[in-house]
Amino acid sequence: MAAESSTHLLVETLAANRDTFLDQWIRVVGGDLQGRLSTAELGRELGELYDSILAAVTEGGLDGRAEQFDEARSLLIELSRSRARQGFTPTETARSVFALKEVLEPALATDEQGARTYLQFARLLDDLALLTTEAYIRTREEIISSQAEQLLELSTPVVKLWDGVVGVPLVGTLDSARTQVVMEKLLQTLVDSDSTHAIIDITGVPTVDTQVAQHLLKTVVAARMMGAQCIISGIRPQIAQTIVALGIEFGDIPTNSSLADALRQALTEIARDAEDDVKGLL
Amino acid sequence: MKDYGTAVATAETVEVTTSSDVVNARQVVRTLAQRGGLPLVHQTKLVTAASELGRNMLIYGGGGVVRAALVADSGRSGVYVEFRDQGPGIPDIETAMQDGWTSGSGLGLGLSGAKRLVDEFDIATGEGGTTVRIVKWGR
Ligand SMILES: Nc1ncnc2c1ncn2[C@@H]1O[C@H](COP(=O)(O)OP(=O)(O)OP(=O)(O)O)[C@@H](O)[C@H]1O
Ligand SMILES: [Mg+2]
Repeated sequence: MAAESSTHLLVETLAANRDTFLDQWIRVVGGDLQGRLSTAELGRELGELYDSILAAVTEGGLDGRAEQFDEARSLLIELSRSRARQGFTPTETARSVFALKEVLEPALATDEQGARTYLQFARLLDDLALLTTEAYIRTREEIISSQAEQLLELSTPVVKLWDGVVGVPLVGTLDSARTQVVMEKLLQTLVDSDSTHAIIDITGVPTVDTQVAQHLLKTVVAARMMGAQCIISGIRPQIAQTIVALGIEFGDIPTNSSLADALRQALTEIARDAEDDVKGLL
Repeated sequence: MKDYGTAVATAETVEVTTSSDVVNARQVVRTLAQRGGLPLVHQTKLVTAASELGRNMLIYGGGGVVRAALVADSGRSGVYVEFRDQGPGIPDIETAMQDGWTSGSGLGLGLSGAKRLVDEFDIATGEGGTTVRIVKWGR
């Protein structure tokens, strides 16, 4: 029965003092966030949250995981996600929820019954605040993985070096995801720029092992299927010796130590092909 | 191969459960090789061997632990690296050590190539898992 009368007292207090409590809550949170969020926006957020918590408590119970709290939970997750994107810390977001405790404490903790009610309400808010932390972490993870993807795009530029020649300067480790991006970009650029030669430069790849070699070979085969020739350049002496000891064979794929040599080779081939074309016409 | 058990006591340890852990292990090995004064070609060969063995451990052994330490022997210094997993082991090690043999879709050069890249190579495998130990010496 104690639980029921607690709920009852809480509902009554929350309903009777809605505007005053909400005002105080906004003021406490606003002070905490030091004007980094407009009072209007904060008022709307906290108002919705207050009303949905009140509705849930009225409907029954103080179990934050119960169904009645579905709406309150979605509001909190929403709030947490937008705060995460705006760069607030998870502590600041959780404190926004805890602040409602501070507001209710003086009103409730006047007698024993009130104190018990306050404790139960505090436990509810603890649960709800934890939820914001969880949502915060999930949002940050999403942001990080989308940034990683963007970085992947950025770090694999495919550039037109000359008429008919595109270059792919690879920097860093070449894993499967990276290879996929490089390959797609290279093939697209070959088509867009109407090129016949591609130079893949691995000066910036620190380790060339069997996995990297396999990825390079795949890329070359794909380019060949589109009628383009690939040259691998930027093979430093220590990498050359390692590749040989490892037993990797690049077959008939031309390799060069420098990008300049590779470009010269590509241009020579292009000139020769043009000559052949002319001869073919005669 | 000599027992480098004492070296392991002071070793740097990298737990490998993802492919970025392999990159990490590679970096640890490279740093040790630089600190041990290995010439650039030796550094590169050692790091590449570590890359192969680390990735095998991840793909076929379900992950494991890499330990690396500087070692010294009659005035020369080198790097010792150990790869230990608790995977299914390699049923036929002689075949697996052959150039071009792969049970998956690799080039089948990782094990045999790694052996050629280092000075000492030892592999112990069984139902309890696989342990590969390698050493690359300075000059
Ligand atoms: N740690 C391990 N545990 C279980 N099996 C292994 C392990 N390491 C290697 N093997 C087995 O040995 C085979 C040969 O390994 P190796 O590294 O030479 O080639 P690969 O990994 O298949 O291809 P590559 O390394 O050239 O990309 C593997 O295909 C696998 O079946
Ligand atoms: Mg392998």
